[in-house]
Amino acid sequence: MMRKTIEGSFAVAEVVRDCVPDLVACFPITPSTHIAEELDRMYTDGQIKSYTAVESEFSAISMLVGGSAAGGRVFTTTDAQGLFLMHEVLFAASGMRLPMVIVNANRAVSAPLNIWNDQQDSISERDAGWIQIYCKNNQEAVDAVPQAFKISEDTLLPVMVCMDGFYLTHIVEQIDVPQKELIMKYLPAKRNAQYKLDTQNPISMGMYAMPKDYQGFRDDLHLDILKAKENVKKEMEAWGAVSGRRYGNGLWEEINAEDADILFVAMGSIIENAELAVDKMRAKGKKVGIVRIRCYRPFPAEVAKAFVGKKKIVVFEKALGFGASPPLYTDVSNAVREAGLKTKVYSIAGGLGGKDVTVEHIMEMLARVKKEKEPFQIVWGD
Amino acid sequence: MNASNSTNPELENKELFKSGHTACAGCGVSVGLRHILRAAGPDTIVVNATGCVEIFTSAYPRSAWSVPYIHCLFENTAPVAAGVVETLRAQGNDHTKVIVIAGDGASYDIGFGHLSGMLERGHDALYISYDNEAYMNTGVQRSGATPWKANTTTSQVGSVFKGKMQYKKPLTEIVAAHSIPYAATSTSAHYIDLQNKVKKALSIKGPKFLNVLMTCVPGWGTEPSLSMQYLKDAVDTHVWPVYEIENGFLKMNLKPEKKPVETYLKGQKRFKHLTPEDIAQIQKMVDEKWDSLLWKEKCDQERLAALKK
Ligand SMILES: Cc1ncc(C[n+]2csc(CCOP(=O)(O)OP(=O)(O)O)c2C)c(N)n1
Ligand SMILES: [Mg+2]
Repeated sequence: MMRKTIEGSFAVAEVVRDCVPDLVACFPITPSTHIAEELDRMYTDGQIKSYTAVESEFSAISMLVGGSAAGGRVFTTTDAQGLFLMHEVLFAASGMRLPMVIVNANRAVSAPLNIWNDQQDSISERDAGWIQIYCKNNQEAVDAVPQAFKISEDTLLPVMVCMDGFYLTHIVEQIDVPQKELIMKYLPAKRNAQYKLDTQNPISMGMYAMPKDYQGFRDDLHLDILKAKENVKKEMEAWGAVSGRRYGNGLWEEINAEDADILFVAMGSIIENAELAVDKMRAKGKKVGIVRIRCYRPFPAEVAKAFVGKKKIVVFEKALGFGASPPLYTDVSNAVREAGLKTKVYSIAGGLGGKDVTVEHIMEMLARVKKEKEPFQIVWGD
Repeated sequence: MNASNSTNPELENKELFKSGHTACAGCGVSVGLRHILRAAGPDTIVVNATGCVEIFTSAYPRSAWSVPYIHCLFENTAPVAAGVVETLRAQGNDHTKVIVIAGDGASYDIGFGHLSGMLERGHDALYISYDNEAYMNTGVQRSGATPWKANTTTSQVGSVFKGKMQYKKPLTEIVAAHSIPYAATSTSAHYIDLQNKVKKALSIKGPKFLNVLMTCVPGWGTEPSLSMQYLKDAVDTHVWPVYEIENGFLKMNLKPEKKPVETYLKGQKRFKHLTPEDIAQIQKMVDEKWDSLLWKEKCDQERLAALKK
């Protein structure tokens, strides 16, 4: 145990270093910048093997493609415009089955320009073929990084660890930063690449596929991402065994959910506010609870098990689905419908571009959902 | 791919770039690739951009490459190569060479900024731009490398505008301006020069660049049997000067006695519409460029000699 008072970004950088990456390549963008700067500092002190300050996020992720293809353990961090600049490469990386880890410091996207938190950036990349894990606090962020490398290297799927910008990246709090010794009990010191660019055993990677083959590759990718749910669960167990910390089953986490009538469903740091709201309401005898989606892709439709017998659930999310229902709401509604449940699903989007969502707000949301008979879709606070 | 259609299987087996790919008859690029890989040898990883080469060499499940090969996207060969080389070095491999093979569209245009980044940061890779002077894979659209007045599908010959209205981007000089240790030009017909330059470049640590002119039969509108002749004419008319810039010092590698530019332009459908005035203008530009290169060479070589003293 190594409890210390540390900023989220610096803690993440320490853990990345202690996962022993072969290649780190970053480009600064608020609020992910501190992670990049700290990794660069570590490189200049000889603590990591390579760090490249590239000329764009597009090149950062492209370097990860090359590094992963060469059999390396590779890492970058970014968010918002940076993540979007990577868009084309994100799809190529998953399609080429190249393990890699991004920490995305969730931030609002332009326009208007805004550096504060929401989750429109990574949610908009949900179909890129990446595993996406959303952390509720910095303790979880540092726990998620070693798991991300392990899951990625085992499944040959890229993994995005999402931590809310500022709310997590810039928060200084006391956490237990897993030390290298502990991480090395869990993660192989080196990636053991089954396929790589190796002049002793030449292979061709990233070839083009004609119609008779293309769909098969894409379908395989889809099926393998679905299968990766098992890896996410397994690694939560395995990491739990070495660290003593677990976050639900890895896919989702239930908090005061069992006897609740109304559930608050969300992702990321808002969960800590929701926990306080639920505690306050429970103190007054209100049966409310939380289901936190931790793994957004693959989406655990099995989460519907937690909704059995519930009257209402409200999905809160920091993203919109312009011209349609919000994305997380859509997935949750689908899961409810597929499970044949009659649970009413309410949708609230909010907290966009750093707009405050307080404990009181969440209490109000839950009260309003309790009061209103028919499900609604609203944007909170506007 | 197997070597069954080779006339000399023993020789063919030694080739690292295999026959049986699907390039057009007379493709100047496939010839160049063979020489590049011969010179580079088997301890080489190739990073290739989307474009003709990718399409004619790597249709799943067949590959013409017997060295490790990776294609990712159109514009990101430079950072992909940087990622490969940094990872190899981090893993303690200090011998494997990394070569980018990217078209003029990838190099002059869409991947230009990323190429610049790779050069500025000094990654130990050889970037080879194969210049067929247009986006050939997508049906002959103009690029920054397309010469003045050339007819392409996006610089057409109409009643108002006749061919590309802009000049060719001086990529080799822009690259050399990054103060990299080695930048040079060649063609796939001048294969001894090309092979020597690949070997020389690979013997140097840091970022290296080769700009290699390679014919495109459908794009230039030329006879397949004349592909090598056109490259020879490009050099002999001084349209494509063959030189190297080593640590900033320019040296002309070939100084053929000048033939008129017409020798090179004639017979190419992309230049069919040129007027005598256009040709005179091209001659003037070619002569001026050649002259400026000779002066630069003289200046650089004298300075080099003075420094050596
Ligand atoms: C981002 C992006 N834009 C456009 C394309 C379509 N495209 C594929 S290859 C190509 C042109 C390639 O030109 P060049 O680099 O000169 O290579 P060549 O085909 O001439 O060998 C284009 C426009 C693409 N693949 N990616
Ligand atoms: Mg071209």
